[in-house]
Amino acid sequence: MASVGADARYAIELKGISKAFGPVQANKDIHIAVPKGTIHGIIGENGAGKSTLMSILYGFYRADSGEIFINGKPTAIPDSQSAIRAGIGMVFQHFKLVQNFTVLENVVLGAEEGALLAGSLSKARRVLTDLSREYELDVDPDAVIEDLSVGHQQRVEILKALYRQADILILDEPTGVLTPAEADHLFRILKGLRDQGKTVILITHKLREIMETTDNVSVMRRGTMVGTVKTSESSPEELAELMVGRKVLLEVEKAPATPGAVVLKVDDLRVRDEHGVERLKGVSFEIRAGEILGIAGVAGNGQSELLEALGGIAAATGRITLNGAELPLSGAGADGRSRRKAGIAHVPEDRQALGLIMDFAAWENVAFGYHDAPEYQKNALFMDNDALRADTERKMATFDVRPPIPTLAAKNFSGGNQQKIVVAREIERNPDLLLIGQPTRGVDIGAIEFIHKQIVALRDQGKAILLVSVELDEIRSLSDRVAVMFDGRIMGLRDPETTDERELGLLMAGIAEGSKGEAA
Amino acid sequence: MDYATLLQLLDTTLRLATPLLFACLAGLYSERAGIFDIGLEGKMLMAAMASASVAFLTGSVWVGLLAGMLASLLMAGLHGIASITFRGNQLISGVALNFVASGITVLIAQRLFGQGGRTPPLAGEARFSSITLPFAEELQGVPVLGPLYYEVISGHPLLVYVALATVPLTWWVLYRTRFGLRLRAVGENPAAVDTAGISVVGLRFAAVAITGILCGLAGAYMATALQAGFGREMTAGRGYIALAALIFAKWRPVAALWACLLFGFFQALALRPDVVEAVVQVKVPVPFLDALPYVLTVLVLAGFVGKAIPPRAGGEPYVKER
Repeated sequence: MASVGADARYAIELKGISKAFGPVQANKDIHIAVPKGTIHGIIGENGAGKSTLMSILYGFYRADSGEIFINGKPTAIPDSQSAIRAGIGMVFQHFKLVQNFTVLENVVLGAEEGALLAGSLSKARRVLTDLSREYELDVDPDAVIEDLSVGHQQRVEILKALYRQADILILDEPTGVLTPAEADHLFRILKGLRDQGKTVILITHKLREIMETTDNVSVMRRGTMVGTVKTSESSPEELAELMVGRKVLLEVEKAPATPGAVVLKVDDLRVRDEHGVERLKGVSFEIRAGEILGIAGVAGNGQSELLEALGGIAAATGRITLNGAELPLSGAGADGRSRRKAGIAHVPEDRQALGLIMDFAAWENVAFGYHDAPEYQKNALFMDNDALRADTERKMATFDVRPPIPTLAAKNFSGGNQQKIVVAREIERNPDLLLIGQPTRGVDIGAIEFIHKQIVALRDQGKAILLVSVELDEIRSLSDRVAVMFDGRIMGLRDPETTDERELGLLMAGIAEGSKGEAA
Repeated sequence: MDYATLLQLLDTTLRLATPLLFACLAGLYSERAGIFDIGLEGKMLMAAMASASVAFLTGSVWVGLLAGMLASLLMAGLHGIASITFRGNQLISGVALNFVASGITVLIAQRLFGQGGRTPPLAGEARFSSITLPFAEELQGVPVLGPLYYEVISGHPLLVYVALATVPLTWWVLYRTRFGLRLRAVGENPAAVDTAGISVVGLRFAAVAITGILCGLAGAYMATALQAGFGREMTAGRGYIALAALIFAKWRPVAALWACLLFGFFQALALRPDVVEAVVQVKVPVPFLDALPYVLTVLVLAGFVGKAIPPRAGGEPYVKER
């Protein structure tokens, strides 16, 4: 029996979907209708319930209540197999590819024609040729996945879904790992799919992508669906406000920089990884007091190694000086503690692995790196834990950490609040130089605004800041100068006021100044 | 060393390589599916005891073989339940099962036969006899190749030829069938298999069952073909040598054959220290020959003989993300 109101114009219609994990209500009475042949955006902060909703659609979770209609028909999706049969394809944020298989083998896996492979493989080869011609999805079917760029790997994921005859394609944060050019290509592919009558659901937290690509957009906040609007009738400001529930400043307000003396000077810095491969291939730059140097680039082009070498975590060769004094790059004195003593604070890229101990309480995490500070000592033998807890409480108030409970374990805070704890610990020590990697990765919009303000405030106090981020918007709005890294080298320095995304995108793809005229 | 001695050595090599080959291929299925199995030794031992006991009691080596495979399957099932269903540590489960096998085999044999944990010697139909391949006698006169065929290739128990045939079969299953594709995938990235709508648990149990069957063949061969009965700890670390061969072969079936033949050759040499002494002109201690497979494996692991990359998801229980 079909329910009242089922409508075949909609590729997907969800009615009253609820899902709880213990006491946490991840999805509350969600209603959404996605018209066929459209690109539908779903945005929301971290923990708003977007991923839970999509996992229900792909059969990873079962909803506690509610109904799913596919093309107007009520459909039960108890497992991934049913989702595939219903014509749903999913491109996960972390690709589900077998790294040492060929493209063809990955496409065929789970969709084989019979017990023997030969027939399946030759059929897949034919279908892939047709699909790649139709949708600009060129990939060499015999290439091994680990040899492909992430952009190409993503195309394989899309091809996998199309090979299984998906009519509805769900993409979860698809552009996080792509260069701007690759992202543009992806959006062209998605628009091509839509024009062929397929339905695309795009989950992202990037408002710009929503505005450029989608026909309609649904906004989620704290497990509920706040509303669905036509993209052409909305604005980024309105969507941000719907997501957060209050007005949000999208642009960072900052006065022009007034750079002072050189704080950090880096000369020919090189880092090799554990396999002896050079990851940082001779990087040189300066940062002055009262200036933010932004490092842009696709993840994995040496930015992490740069931060680790400066932060004393990885051994390096070359020369670095802080306020004129040379710091050791390997051996004694090249460690995080010595660096902090020298006046370099470090907010690492991966806060859960390097910034915090997730099972430890917030007040213990606040002590790390500064546990020998005089104000935390009761006497020669014992630490003054009460003072430390009081200090944590004060920092939590200043940085608006929620909930403001010093005894709560780090893992029980949201991503944004975890980051605030780390930033509070590092900034409050009044460093001369702040290294900060991916300051807003996995952080919701409200907290992003706050962290950005803190970084600018520190700059205005005359501190030097090295900002590494894969978010080009973040780099452009915060930095006073932008350096673009590619393959372990700095491709060029730009003024964020005068450069544009296209120019930075070319540098991020490794196209240097010499060949710029040609590429233009 | 004359030609006759060489042929003798090669003949022994093939006999000794057979249990290694069964166990090595057994480990290959399991580890390719992402389940490390250090318990090959225990499974072989159980199979050896069960097959020898049942073969003696029924007088039929075939019933004995079946019992050996069932005993080994039971052990494999326990390993599967511990490491797949309950996501336990695969190494600990394997070691524990080895201990269980080491004790319980002697206990059962003692209880059944009261001969100090041994089974009575097997004879006649209760044991695999050697087969003479066609034309072996006739071709004996052909120079060089004739004796090679007669002495080395021909004249082994059936299971030797089964083991050799399992190599191309395994290659074919792994690289030419749907099951093989999925098996290799689940050992590399179970999430890819899961999102493709295939059961990770089902695939891994299938792989572990194949491991059980092949270890059963290995153990039964030890007790009913290579030797005539079961004795305490009779597998003597062959399960571990097979694991070493698997690493040496980089988890590939054809390479596994060469690795097992090489390690089998070392074992054959260890039985003939006189030949070794005659060739190298120095008295080589037998323990040194026994240790050679392990030394070679360490060299491989250290990266001297190319790189051995184990299946990426090996040893990790699969837990759905999100």
